[in-house]
Amino acid sequence: MKEVTLEISARAQLTRDVYRMVLCGDTTAITAPGQFINIKLDDLYLRRPISVCDWEPEEVTILYKVVGKGTACMAGIPVGTHLSVLTGLGNGYDTAKSGEYPLLLGGGVGVPPLYLLAKQLLSEGKNVTAVLGFNTADEVFYEDEFRALGAKTIVTTADGSRGTRGFVTDALPQDYTYVYTCGPEPMLKAVYNAIETSGQFSFEERMGCGFGACMGCTCKTKYGSKRICTDGPVLEKEEIVW
Amino acid sequence: MVNTAVTLCGVALDNPVIPASGTFGFGAEFAALYDINCLGTFSFKGTTRQPRFGNPTPRIAECEAGMLNAVGLQNPGVESVLADILPQMKQYFHKPVMANVSGFSVEEYAETCAMLDESEQIGWLEVNISCPNVHGGGMSFGTDPAMAAAVTKAVRAVTKKPVIVKLSPNVTDIAAMAKACEAAGADGISLINTLQGMRIDLKKRAPILANTFGGLSGPAIFPVALRMVWQVYKAVSIPIIGMGGVSTAEDVIEMMLAGATAVQIGAVNLVNPYAGRDIVRALPAVMEKYGIQNLSDCIGGAHSGT
Repeated sequence: MKEVTLEISARAQLTRDVYRMVLCGDTTAITAPGQFINIKLDDLYLRRPISVCDWEPEEVTILYKVVGKGTACMAGIPVGTHLSVLTGLGNGYDTAKSGEYPLLLGGGVGVPPLYLLAKQLLSEGKNVTAVLGFNTADEVFYEDEFRALGAKTIVTTADGSRGTRGFVTDALPQDYTYVYTCGPEPMLKAVYNAIETSGQFSFEERMGCGFGACMGCTCKTKYGSKRICTDGPVLEKEEIVW
Repeated sequence: MVNTAVTLCGVALDNPVIPASGTFGFGAEFAALYDINCLGTFSFKGTTRQPRFGNPTPRIAECEAGMLNAVGLQNPGVESVLADILPQMKQYFHKPVMANVSGFSVEEYAETCAMLDESEQIGWLEVNISCPNVHGGGMSFGTDPAMAAAVTKAVRAVTKKPVIVKLSPNVTDIAAMAKACEAAGADGISLINTLQGMRIDLKKRAPILANTFGGLSGPAIFPVALRMVWQVYKAVSIPIIGMGGVSTAEDVIEMMLAGATAVQIGAVNLVNPYAGRDIVRALPAVMEKYGIQNLSDCIGGAHSGT
């Protein structure tokens, strides 16, 4: 973990309430896809944890959905603003276990961390399939970006207004060697029950600090208590207790 | 050169800045960021006789200028603290550490403290009779002067180390609580633990915290904490550790002027992991600004004439 000052270099609205923010500065603490950063915002006491969507030297991209005070505040901060950010938090996904045909399953704001993961898996020569699930067609984001990376990309919508009707679990391909997933807990549970291989699941929890000090985000696993912020957010399928 | 040293229950501190229990783990996460030996000491994660998972999540909520937690004393248990954690702590912390202890019966407090008494690394026992987030213990000891005295007496009997009793602010007469502990043999008083509070999620029309209630901390509670430290200073003659929303070197001095010998910093560690180091670094300049040569001269300094 590293505390750094990052400057907002770009901001864009992707859908009605999903935004992209690009932050510039020292990003050297970010070491794996699936990690997150924790952002200090004026007037809000606690930092806001947001998953890393993309990473380049000196640049980190996050996507966030406006759901509360913090994300609403972020949506209004102008380009050029400097923010105090804790970077390189969480364990992230381990690409070593992917096999030849990794399957990435993302739901809503669970999609962003899979983007950097797809990028890394593709750079390792893997055949990546990404299933991106949304509620409706107008909520879909990053479909083109996943395609541009070279991932086989399938979109599902709950109402059928785009792609396959249903949930990500309704569009599972025939053959895959491993599953990486991130999304709301009911989706993760459905994925857990539907997949035939092992996999890694990224969880979300309200956090105090984001770096393992406060025990605010602890969950039970088959191997004992784990802090979602530090021992997670990615857990192996075999250790999950629902 | 200004002098930041103070003496807490007979043990010298380079400075009065002490990260508070529950906001600093066992120090390892912070030792990875800076040399935590710059701190006066720190109070480690509240430890019980048996390991505890704590409460279900969500355990954290936020409010204006503060936060609520309902962690529920998650800890590995005293045996693991002695066998695993304290030996590891030797690698990164070389000063006497403050052991924070919780329990669910007088006997349990005494048993855990007796076990911790054997560790040379521990400088003080901070007996938490004020956790608002566990049922059938914790705060119930901290709201009844007779119960508080019983815990204090039992712990005092099993250790040679200074016993500091950590009080709950969720009482009507904080001075009476402090006096009861002093009379039962406490060597010091620390206060305040968190104030009980709650938040409700408008969309779900339900409490945010799984535990419904949690403990409020952060700058929002600083004036309440200061007032209670002031009242306890008037009531007892043993040293006081002041805490509650302390976030800056100025807050440390203000707390000392109210009567604190040392000062704990809590919630701010979670927002700024370098807060302990930053406050220690800022102290000398702030002391000079206010013409303070020896920080220990500040203790209770605002009481003269009141």
